Amino acid sequence: MKSNGNGLRLYAILYLAFLYAPIILLPLFAFNDGTIIAFPLKGFSTKWFEAMAEDGVLKGAVINSLIVGSCTAILSTTLALLAARASTRFEFKGKGGIMGLIMMPLILPEIVMAMAILVVILQVFGDVLGLPTIILGHTLICTPFAIAILSAAFQSLDKSLEEAAYDLGENKWSTFRLIILPLVLPGIISALLISFTISMDEFILANFLGGTEPTLPVYIYSQLRFPKAIPVIMAVATCLVAVSISLLIIAEYFRRRGVAKTGGKDSGGFL
Amino acid sequence: MTTAKSTAAQNTAAQSTPAESQTAAAKPMIELKDVHKYYGDYHALRGISADIRPGEFFSLLGPSGCGKTTLLRTIAGFEDITSGVVMIDDKHMEDVPPNLRPTNMVFQSYAIFPHLTVEQNVAFGLRRDPRSSQDKQKAVEEALSMVGLKGYGKRAAHALSGGQRQRVALARALILKPKVLLLDEPLSALDKKMRENMQVELIKLQRQVGITFILVTHDQEEALVMSDRIAVMFEGEIAQLDDPETLYRLPKSRRVADFIGHMNFLPAKVVSDVKGQIDVEVQGLGRCHIDARQAPGGDTGAEASVGFRPETLTILYDGQSATDREAAGSIEEVVYYGDMTYYDVKLDGVDEPVRISMRNVPGRPVLDRGARTRVAWSPTALVLFR
Repeated sequence: MKSNGNGLRLYAILYLAFLYAPIILLPLFAFNDGTIIAFPLKGFSTKWFEAMAEDGVLKGAVINSLIVGSCTAILSTTLALLAARASTRFEFKGKGGIMGLIMMPLILPEIVMAMAILVVILQVFGDVLGLPTIILGHTLICTPFAIAILSAAFQSLDKSLEEAAYDLGENKWSTFRLIILPLVLPGIISALLISFTISMDEFILANFLGGTEPTLPVYIYSQLRFPKAIPVIMAVATCLVAVSISLLIIAEYFRRRGVAKTGGKDSGGFL
Repeated sequence: MTTAKSTAAQNTAAQSTPAESQTAAAKPMIELKDVHKYYGDYHALRGISADIRPGEFFSLLGPSGCGKTTLLRTIAGFEDITSGVVMIDDKHMEDVPPNLRPTNMVFQSYAIFPHLTVEQNVAFGLRRDPRSSQDKQKAVEEALSMVGLKGYGKRAAHALSGGQRQRVALARALILKPKVLLLDEPLSALDKKMRENMQVELIKLQRQVGITFILVTHDQEEALVMSDRIAVMFEGEIAQLDDPETLYRLPKSRRVADFIGHMNFLPAKVVSDVKGQIDVEVQGLGRCHIDARQAPGGDTGAEASVGFRPETLTILYDGQSATDREAAGSIEEVVYYGDMTYYDVKLDGVDEPVRISMRNVPGRPVLDRGARTRVAWSPTALVLFR
């Protein structure tokens, strides 16, 4: 029995190492004073971060990514708010099917979607590729995630809360504003952050639909061909990891605070 | 409240004569006329008609799925009715949404807004009130002290106990001074002791504010304790609408009798029925004379049976003199409750034992299982169902 437990422990350690060791290597080489990505390390240096800061194309890609990420987050969270509200509060014909189709992008291969959207856009609208088309594509894949988060938030909402507000003299809109919105706000913030994070590191759609406007992942991929650029990429990646972890922690904080505020029991979540 | 109740009583009296029923004072607070409600094919309310008087504590009692909550939500305006008329305070309620009706509701889950403080919850309905914020604050404090939550204003609502939540829900509804307060199983989430305390508190509160309370409950005891009148509902229909005592003593059907308290039934055969004097041959009890008032359900043509409550039959002890209304039997089971003892007595000539309860008083020993005994009853003990 005991050896069995040790075997499982070893497995767990190996699994975590496989998952996180490469990510730990990123900052190691980002702060390494050398152009070759290999051990032994040569010494501490922040010059790759300095180079990163001076790179104009990189800066453009970061700005593109921030624009795409913000727009995607707002768009997909808004759409998800409507869909989650509809699916948790109302009964209508074909609800299961409609929700299934909306959630489909979660499992649909992105490359298939990217090609399909590309063909349609080129055929119907001509060459309009750029940030707006990336935003549309990202909204498509982020909305299901946002719906999943917001549906949970709406589901834990007691229907009589709405009725009580309505009964106490409020109309449907003020009930939504005064009762529903504050109670699902943590879910909304969480959905915004998750959508933003997904959009920030998405590559396939951004590459297909971006035209001449590279987002950060697209730029990084293009730079990997040049060995000299790799240490700078390491520095960029280090920053990305730091930002992603921070966002995830903030998102989880809001989700948990929401659960606590409504007096519910914590059942799941991302962290 | 006493005045309100006597007015209510006069109102009904007035309504019995058509000439007087036209006076404004005679108007019921809520009038339901042939209310029907369908959910798709499901017929949830099947022609509900009732008048609910001003200042009355009115209960809708029935098993789950009988339509009592649907009826309450119909009055509140949360459900549209398929046909019929709902009038509150002499106004048609068709197309009047819940926020514009003179009713407020205490929800089964209490529906306390978890992101607000107790004070903000109670003051929620005053948002559109033109009064100054000082006046509103005063009203909130009054409402809180009325429900015994003085000093709880600043607390977070989600940190309250079940009983406290309910008080907040009551204060929040009553602060708007509604004409009718609707209560949807408000005590079902509380434990037994708390429930009994709240029953008394609710009665007191209703007397204090003097407005019409409509309570939905599946607990017959709760309904009997609290109500001025009770409507017993089965399958979307009102089976009987009466005051608690009439409902308990003179149920109109076996089903109502069975739902409210315990009632024994014995097969019976009507021998003669002349001018309200009914002679009945009751299995186990012999020939009984029953007044027509003891047959409130009228003649439905169904097979006759006679019912009686456990406490309306008396066990005769040795030495007690015989009466002309007694029967013999043997004791099958004895259940001792401290203040009471329940005896299951198998009357001679009857297969099913009947339950008889006797108060335990000094000098009255608890009888043994298997003992032979005699039971006696008064003329008003028996209710005829046919």
